[in-house]
Amino acid sequence: MHDEFLMGNEAIALGALAAGVNLVSGYPGTPSTEVLETIAKRNPGNVYVEWSINEKAGMEVAAGAAYTGARTLVTMKQVGLNVASDPLMSLEYIGVKGGMVVLVADDPGPISSQTEQDTRTFGMFSKVPVFDPCSVAEAYEMIQEAFDFSEKYGTPVFFRATTRVDHGYEAIMVKDPEEYIVHKPEGFVKDSSRWVIFPRLSVQNHARIEKRNEELKDILSGYHRNRIVPEPGESCRKGIATQGVNFMYTLDSLQGRNTRVLKVATPFPFPEKLALEFLEGLDEVLCIEELDPVIERTLTFICGKYGLKVKILGKKSGHIPPSGENTLEIVQKAITAFAGAPECTGGEEPQPLPEPPALPVRPPVLCAGCPHRASFYAVKMAMRGKKTIYCGDIGCYTLGNAAPLDMCDTCLCMGAGIGIAQGVQHMEPDTKCFAFVGDSTFFASGITGTINAFYNQSDMTLVVLDNSTTAMTGHQPHPGTGRTVMGQIVEKVSIEKVLRAIGLQTVETVDPLEFDLAVETVKRVASEPGVKAIIFRSPCIAITKPKEHSRVDQEKCIACGKCIRELGCPALMRDTRFGESENAGKAMIDESLCTGCTLCEQICPVKAISGGRRPS
Amino acid sequence: MSKNIILCGVGGQGTILASRLIAAAAMHRNIPVKTAETIGMAQRGGSVFSHLRLGDGAHSPLIAKGFADLIIGFEPGETVRQLPFLKKDGVVVVSSRPVMPVNAMIGKTAYDPEQMITYLQENTKHLHVVDADKAAQELGSYKILNVVLLGAALQSGELGLIEEDLEAAVQEKVPEKFLELNRKALVWSRDCKA
Repeated sequence: MHDEFLMGNEAIALGALAAGVNLVSGYPGTPSTEVLETIAKRNPGNVYVEWSINEKAGMEVAAGAAYTGARTLVTMKQVGLNVASDPLMSLEYIGVKGGMVVLVADDPGPISSQTEQDTRTFGMFSKVPVFDPCSVAEAYEMIQEAFDFSEKYGTPVFFRATTRVDHGYEAIMVKDPEEYIVHKPEGFVKDSSRWVIFPRLSVQNHARIEKRNEELKDILSGYHRNRIVPEPGESCRKGIATQGVNFMYTLDSLQGRNTRVLKVATPFPFPEKLALEFLEGLDEVLCIEELDPVIERTLTFICGKYGLKVKILGKKSGHIPPSGENTLEIVQKAITAFAGAPECTGGEEPQPLPEPPALPVRPPVLCAGCPHRASFYAVKMAMRGKKTIYCGDIGCYTLGNAAPLDMCDTCLCMGAGIGIAQGVQHMEPDTKCFAFVGDSTFFASGITGTINAFYNQSDMTLVVLDNSTTAMTGHQPHPGTGRTVMGQIVEKVSIEKVLRAIGLQTVETVDPLEFDLAVETVKRVASEPGVKAIIFRSPCIAITKPKEHSRVDQEKCIACGKCIRELGCPALMRDTRFGESENAGKAMIDESLCTGCTLCEQICPVKAISGGRRPS
Repeated sequence: MSKNIILCGVGGQGTILASRLIAAAAMHRNIPVKTAETIGMAQRGGSVFSHLRLGDGAHSPLIAKGFADLIIGFEPGETVRQLPFLKKDGVVVVSSRPVMPVNAMIGKTAYDPEQMITYLQENTKHLHVVDADKAAQELGSYKILNVVLLGAALQSGELGLIEEDLEAAVQEKVPEKFLELNRKALVWSRDCKA
C-alpha cells in the first residue's frame, strides 16, 4: 500500500485494477472520462483497454468478455447510458459470468450535460443493482466490492458516482501493483439455453431476477457501506436519509445536532431491513439527495408497506430543491429548517456583502485559433441572405451557438443534428439544411443518420468538422486518428470513404483556414441537390504547437472592429490603452492566446493584421 | 491546522495546476487534503474555481459560503464572484490583470475590471493585489502567474504552509525545463505582503 493524491475517477480506475479487471471499454464523456484514461496509463500490462466508438459498442464488448468469465468495466456518462441501454436491458436478463461493472458518471447541475438523469432510477428500471459512493476513498474500496458482488450474483452492476466524487481529489491509501488480484477467466462455455435470449428464457429469468432482487434487500442491509450514524438505539425523533456526496455535506452540517443519519450506498435494491431499524422511533425524516427523489420515494413506500407513521420529507415536499446540484449551503439550510439551529456553529455569520458591480459574463467559447470558428464563419458568409437551418451536435462545436457566430440553431444529443436537418427539410423544402457534426461524433452516431438521409432522398449538407481528435473531453483517439488508447498505430477509418461508400456523390474536403476557398466550396456544394458533404479538416489547436502569432499594424487599422465583432476570438480586443488618442478602439491581439490561425488576417478589410503562421 | 482555500479565475489560467501544487505541498507536510474542481465545458474561457480543504475534520470537498480562509483570485471579476465564500477577516490575494470575456469585447455585456478591484478594496480587510503585468514583465511570462499568486498567498500566512513545502511541490509537479522560472517566481513573490 502507498498513499496517493487522486481524483475520484483515478481512484475508481485503480480500484478496478486492484480487483483484477481484465477488460475496460467506454466512450468519453464528462465527468467519467478519466476512469478509462487512468486504466490505460496505469495498466500493469495485462488489461485490454479500448475507447469504443460509442457506449453501445463498449457495453457489448464488456458483456462479451464477461461471458468468458473475465472481469470487465465499461465507462460512460449518464447520457451515454441511453445509447448503451439497449444491450444493457437485455443483458440483465442474460446475466454475466465474470464480474461486470457499468460505471456511469451522473452530472447534477447539470454542469456539462444535456440532462440531469439519475442512474439510480435507471437501476430500478433495468433491475440492475446500483452502488453509489460518497467519497474518493469510498469509491476506491467500493468498486472492488462491486466486482465481487457482480460475480457472486451473476448480474452486471451499476457503479454510479456524481461529479463531486468523480472530480473530487483526496489523498488515499491504494494497493501496489504487486497486490492486485490476478483474475483468470475460465473461457466461454457454449450453452444456448443460457446465452441466447428468447421469450421463454426471458419469462424464466425475469422471475429469477425479481426473486433475487427481493433477497438482495436483506443481504444489502448487512452491507457495511449502508449504515446508520450514530448506531441505532440512540434516542432521536428526527432522521436524515442521504447518499453520495450529500452524506459528506450532511456530516459537515450536523454540528452536534441529535439527528440519526441513514447513509444509502445501494439505492437499488434498497436495504429495507436497515431502513426499518433507522425509522424505528422517528417522527420525521428528511431525505437529502440529488437528481431523482429515489430514497424519498422508497422510504415513503416502506412506511406505507409497514404502516409506519413517519413523515418522509425531501424533494416532493419542497424541503430539498427538485433539480440542480446540492451545495453545502443548501444542505445546511435544509437541515436547519428541519432540525433547528445547531448547538455549536463552526464560523461566524459573515456580513452580507453589498451588491457587486456587473460581473463578467463568461459562457464557454471556442478557443482562440479554433478551426471550428473558421468553418462556421465560412458557412455563415457563404449562405448570407439564404433561408437556412444550422443543426448542431454534441462537442466543442456546440459553442458555435454563441454570439457573434450564432451558428447552432438546434442541438439535442449525439448525432441527432443529421436527423433533425432531414426532418426540417422534409417539411420546409425551401430551407437550406445543414448538419454540423464532429469527427468523433460522426463515428459515434453520425453514420446511420447519414445513410438514412441518403436512402430516404433528403436534401441537405452534412458538414463534418474534423479536428482529428475528441477535443471536448480531452483528446481521446477515435477511428479517424489512426491510434488506439493502447498505443497501437492502426489504419485510419476515412470519413470520405465512408461517405462515398454510402453513396454520396459530392464529398469535398477543405481546410477552413483557407478562408476564401472554404466559402467558395460551401457555396458550390450547398447548391447541389440531394445529400452532400463538406469535410472541414484542420487540427485542434490543443494538439498542435503555435508558431507565430498575428500582429495588428495600428497605423493601418481603421478601428472598424470587424475582426472583433464578427469572429468573437478571445485573442482579439479593442485597444483601450490610449484613452482618447487616435489609436483608441483599434484592434489588438493578446499574444498569449493567439495561435496565428490567420483567420482575422484574411477577413480584415484593410489588411492591417499580419505575421501569423499557422500552427502545425 | 485546518484551512479552506478557494482558487478562482478563467479556464486556461492555470488554477488547476496551482491547486495541485498546494495539495502536493500539504501532503509534503502530511496534512490531509481534499479538493473539488471545475472540469469540462466551463474550462473553455468560462469561470472556474477550485475548493481546497486542508487539515482534519473536513468531510465534503466543497466549502460553504462564509467559510473560506483565503481566496486566491487569478482575475478581478472572478474574485468578486467568489467573495461570498470568504469568512469575516479572510484574506484575498488577487491578480490585477483582467481577462476580458468575448461577450464584453463584442459589446454584449459590460465589464469594468477597475470597479472590481475597488469593490474588493471596500469589502475585504486583508487584500493583496498582485501586479500581474509587473510580474510578467520581470519574470518574462504571464504563464507563471499561478506560482506568483501562490507565493503571495504564502506570504499572507493564510496558506498554512511554508515556502519549503511549496518548493518541494514545484520540484515534484513542474516539468524540468520550467523549474528555474517557477523558483524565480517564488522568490519574486517574497516581497508580496497581504
